[in-house]
Amino acid sequence: MELTSRETWAVIHGLVLGALFLLAFGGALAGLWSFRPGLITTRGVQERITRLKVGLGAMAVIAWATVITGSWIVYPWYRVKLAGAKFDKCQGLELPSSVCSPRDFLLANVQGETAAWHDFGMEWKEHVAWGAPLLATSAFLLALYYGPRIMARPWLRTAIIVMLVGAFAAAAVAGVFGAFINKVAPIS
Amino acid sequence: MSTEGTAPMNPVSHDSDNVPELAHLHLADKPDGPGAAMMISAGFGVFVLGFLTVLAEASAGANTWLATWQWGQGVGALAGKTTIASLLYFASLALLWIIWRNKDVNLKMAFYIGLGLGVLGVIGTYPTFFQMFAA
Repeated sequence: MELTSRETWAVIHGLVLGALFLLAFGGALAGLWSFRPGLITTRGVQERITRLKVGLGAMAVIAWATVITGSWIVYPWYRVKLAGAKFDKCQGLELPSSVCSPRDFLLANVQGETAAWHDFGMEWKEHVAWGAPLLATSAFLLALYYGPRIMARPWLRTAIIVMLVGAFAAAAVAGVFGAFINKVAPIS
Repeated sequence: MSTEGTAPMNPVSHDSDNVPELAHLHLADKPDGPGAAMMISAGFGVFVLGFLTVLAEASAGANTWLATWQWGQGVGALAGKTTIASLLYFASLALLWIIWRNKDVNLKMAFYIGLGLGVLGVIGTYPTFFQMFAA
């Protein structure tokens, strides 16, 4: 039971950091949703806002770590052009290899109609994912700046939730396409 | 974007007036300028990302220039698009924060501006859209 270096980085990027981001999102959303008058005791306000700041901060850091490892470590292995202009070296293969990168493999259509996984899935994933850290960072800074005041301003609380959900949606698009693409054309 | 006043805010919070749970915290008022900066800059960063995605598709020259940001790592033009979008996000955040640090800015308007920019940016990153501009 072992993983190659590339598989390990793919797991760190998609599974470890992705799972942590989901956990942080769930906690932050639940915490923000109920951060309203009448639902928390006076003593609970301080505890809740501290937890929100830590959770949103962790979410922002994880989002940055996910996109940086994805774009600068895993993505170059995915996109390297090895198989030639017409993907000749991919012919007959069932999976990507040392002469046919995952991108080459998908575009070659040697195992069914797979080109759309790259042309649509990867093209959207690689770009939209970077919206997640920007939105998560601003949501974190808003919580840091306003602190308990968020409780008295329902509209501000809703705005932060919208930004948080936007970050999650961007990460979800990237995560879902990443999982499917790695299933069809794994990095190894 | 309307701004109101540049003087420091009152030391006593108005936020706690209607929320008894906050009364004992004696929160000082904070101007909304920095909050507006956080909202607009996030949308601006996503907008830049979408704009550069379309630009790289429409112009081979722009695509080549964006790829020079990859520092030999094999990331391609994605390196330039994402690095520039991230840098401009932080730059716009810092700039607006400094400009509005003591001002009360219309936070709802800032949110809607950020939201509009963000939606445009997401459209720009959508493959069916940006591939229509292929050179």
